[in-house]
Amino acid sequence: MAAATSTEVAFPLLSMMIVVPVVGALIIAVLSNRRPEYSKLVALLASVGTGALSVWTFANFDSHSSGFQFTSQHPWIESWGISWHLGVDGISLFLVLLTGVLFPLAIAGIDPHNDDPRRDKPYFAWLLLLEAGVMGSFLSLDLFLFFVFFEIVLVPMYFLIGGWGYEGREYAATKFFLYTMAGSAFMLVSILATVFIARDDGVGKITFDLIELAEGANFAASTGRWLFFGFAIAFAVKVPIFPLHTWLPDAHTQAPTAGSVVLAGVMLKLGTYGLLRFGLYLFPEASYWSRSLWLTLAVIGIIYGAIAATMQKDLKRLVAYSSVAHLGFIVLGTFAFTSQAVTGSVMQMVNHGVSTGALFLMVGMIYERRHTRQISELKGLQHVAPIFAAAFTVVMLSSIGVPGLNGFVGEYLILIGAFLTARWWVVVAATGVILAALYLLWAYQRVFHGEPDEENSTFAELRVKEALVILPFIAVIFFTGVYPKPMLERIEPAVNALIGHVEERTDFVEPQPAAPIVDDEVHSHGEED
Amino acid sequence: MVAQDTFIGPSVDWFALSPHLVLVGGALFLMVVGALTPAWPRNLMSLTTVGFTVAAAGLSVFIWNDIGAEGPSAIVGGVLAVDRLSLFLTFAVLAATALVALMSDAELRGTDNDGPEIYSLLLVAATGALVMVGANELIVMFLGLETVSLALYVLAASDRRRSASQESGMKYFILGGLASAFFLYGIALLYGGTRTTSLTDMVTRLQSQVNIGGNDALVLAGLALMLIGFAFKVSAVPFHVWSPDVYQGAPSNITAFMASVGKVAAFGAMLRVLTSALPFYRDDWRPIIWVLAVLSLIVGSLLAVVQTDVKRMLAFSSVSHAGFILVGLEAAGLSAGENAMFSSVQSVAVYLGLYSVLVVGSFAVIGVAGRGGDTTLDGFNGLSSRRPTLALALTVFLLAQAGVPFTSGFVAKWGVIQSAVDAGSYWLAVIAMLAAVIAAFLYLRIMVSMWLRPADDNAEAVNVPGLSGIAIAGAAGFTLAIGIYPQWVLSVAEGILSFA
Repeated sequence: MAAATSTEVAFPLLSMMIVVPVVGALIIAVLSNRRPEYSKLVALLASVGTGALSVWTFANFDSHSSGFQFTSQHPWIESWGISWHLGVDGISLFLVLLTGVLFPLAIAGIDPHNDDPRRDKPYFAWLLLLEAGVMGSFLSLDLFLFFVFFEIVLVPMYFLIGGWGYEGREYAATKFFLYTMAGSAFMLVSILATVFIARDDGVGKITFDLIELAEGANFAASTGRWLFFGFAIAFAVKVPIFPLHTWLPDAHTQAPTAGSVVLAGVMLKLGTYGLLRFGLYLFPEASYWSRSLWLTLAVIGIIYGAIAATMQKDLKRLVAYSSVAHLGFIVLGTFAFTSQAVTGSVMQMVNHGVSTGALFLMVGMIYERRHTRQISELKGLQHVAPIFAAAFTVVMLSSIGVPGLNGFVGEYLILIGAFLTARWWVVVAATGVILAALYLLWAYQRVFHGEPDEENSTFAELRVKEALVILPFIAVIFFTGVYPKPMLERIEPAVNALIGHVEERTDFVEPQPAAPIVDDEVHSHGEED
Repeated sequence: MVAQDTFIGPSVDWFALSPHLVLVGGALFLMVVGALTPAWPRNLMSLTTVGFTVAAAGLSVFIWNDIGAEGPSAIVGGVLAVDRLSLFLTFAVLAATALVALMSDAELRGTDNDGPEIYSLLLVAATGALVMVGANELIVMFLGLETVSLALYVLAASDRRRSASQESGMKYFILGGLASAFFLYGIALLYGGTRTTSLTDMVTRLQSQVNIGGNDALVLAGLALMLIGFAFKVSAVPFHVWSPDVYQGAPSNITAFMASVGKVAAFGAMLRVLTSALPFYRDDWRPIIWVLAVLSLIVGSLLAVVQTDVKRMLAFSSVSHAGFILVGLEAAGLSAGENAMFSSVQSVAVYLGLYSVLVVGSFAVIGVAGRGGDTTLDGFNGLSSRRPTLALALTVFLLAQAGVPFTSGFVAKWGVIQSAVDAGSYWLAVIAMLAAVIAAFLYLRIMVSMWLRPADDNAEAVNVPGLSGIAIAGAAGFTLAIGIYPQWVLSVAEGILSFA
């Protein structure tokens, strides 16, 4: 990340990824109430447009550069040293791509089921605003800008859960909003303190620019730790890291399907992404110093999430708790500080988005057909809907982390990488992989196996429209599982630069120096000994 | 002493005084012309009032520019400061007054109060507020305070159909009188300690006194009593108990006026006294402000959450906002008397200006939606299906009060928290932000009932009267515009660089 900017493009590519959804939402807002059907069309066009931009970014991304690309910087609030500074690097690239692709799928494929067609308008408008907020968070290179986007995503999500959710939606939406906002309260103070303390400790002026702060600031260890924890609390709530996770099962379960997909797919990654971008990069000393805490909490999350998932009676809640476990792996990899583990973390962020997003999508389809999420009321669906069951199996296996599918690559890299620096934590965490197989396969067995009773015997097979939505997920699951190189080669330079940045500022030395990421566990293991 | 034959008055810079004169003139004009002419057509009275505030604001712009060229000055024998702080707050007062005048038409139409009196009193109160934010002399400040207060006592009790309004006026009158007495006693003691009531002289005399290390018991006692008076006027905990009852009982337009203009005036005066006259005592008053801020933030937010009446909720939430403004004032205390304090003073001024617009907007919506006096939370159930745009506007105001990005409330909060952090008051900043989270729960409660609860079948249809609609749309547009591009308000506020 030392090389700050590499490519400047005349077309404000990244800004457009934020502006297009906002414009779409505004167009929907002024649409005539008599033509609600246009709102979906507008939403689709805006999100496909954004998705196309994100794909274009991916295609033109220079995979050899570790710095930020496609940067754009304009002064915004000059009095406070705040600028509209966007950029994308290997760490954020795939999250941006995931966001760009997930939203059109969620908009096209998931019907909000409004009794009153006029309610389509706000639904699609909120989804687009959500997309803009999420995109903005991943693209921001300015602390203020990031905070603004990080905070603004609460509003559309609150309305989506509250307006289109299930029976307990009021409670879930409010809890979600307040939990996250409480975390952000600490971050806001921390951001400001960072900026003012950095002014006196190395930066020399008031700026909220991430790169200037990270490269220039030279915090005293004790100061940096306080500041880091301010950030970390906000991200820990968002991830969520045990014991701050209690909002998640409620929000996930009560959210409408599109909300759950987006929540699991990209919004939780705001937390893990934030830990990397604003934790490790901005406060290397403090993150390294506190790694045992995070590793321990991550491992507790993995085991706790898995056990809690096993016990759930509600299918959607089960998937929600499985997220707690999966996110634990990502945190584990992040605080292992090795190139492999962090690369695995970044990859797992995307994988989790794809597989858990797809799981929520399919659970939503089950709910649409049967109007229940209770595992005990579902039985023998495999008999009546074999294709549906097959698709579910692939998604589920990807979530478990079966070799050949995407989940395996990420989890494997995390465990391998973390083994060098956090051996005993990895030993415990590895059992989480087995537990994942336990809760998911057991749930699958109860829902899909056996003879369907009367109510389940009319369960409809996967429809063409649904298949078209689920197919991209399955394609990504297989492709990444078999050929992860396009991802890894783009993520790795940025991750190596980040690890280098940490090494520069702490006494941490990565156990195994920059080596190709694949085929080296034997070698590095030997070195560790 | 031999009586002087001729009284030689101070020279008066009439132009610098023109905003005050326009408002007083407007009040008199409405009273006289309104009494002599038959009933005015709909909306005209309200629009005339707005006209006077706009004229006063226009003149203030010229004065603002003059200060840029000539520097700040103290006029009429040094009793009234014409500096950028007083003018910035003048703009806030005038904007809030104009918005209140717009929403008053719907509030008054068809009642026995449908005449010039209310508008006239509003303009008089606004004049008092202008005096307060500019007062550079304690007696003049007290006159301003009484002008605002007396007008507000009457206005609070002005809805003669509802006994709650009478009760509100009476409570406000008795407790406000008590607070004024504290304030006046404080002035007397400060005079005893410094032998002057002029803020400018006070600071020079205190400078020599502090250097000698003389007896400052009188000054400290006076400071304490004045702080009680101010804390009452800004409704800071524990001097806030009047505000929920008064806010709830008063007609919505008057509540809006109290919450905006009343707060701006009191905070403007408080800011000036503490930072310009008593900077040497900053180590004495800063901890007091700290405690007032923390109590207001926590108590205000917690009590707001458990209310069932929307006006009462917003009354407590305005207590919590007062806590936020006190956070900025506390930050100014670190470097009071030095140039460094002005960044905190600016953030307080910005908070006051932005808050007054959005609080008037909030009460304007409540006034429209709660016509007939029903302002219980249940009355807002399903507002989104009955009046979507109105619900959307209230949502904007509530999100702004919660401090959500892309609203002016976020800019305001960010400014004072920035000042607090810069001053090293980290814990105060953290407490303030956590209190904001508690308060957010309250705003969410209102939003839940508007958007997520079904409307009662027999709920009355909500009609938005034209002028109220303009006020609401204007305030909401302002709230969003400042949220997206705050730079211009900040640039204006950056002009606040010195006191007169």
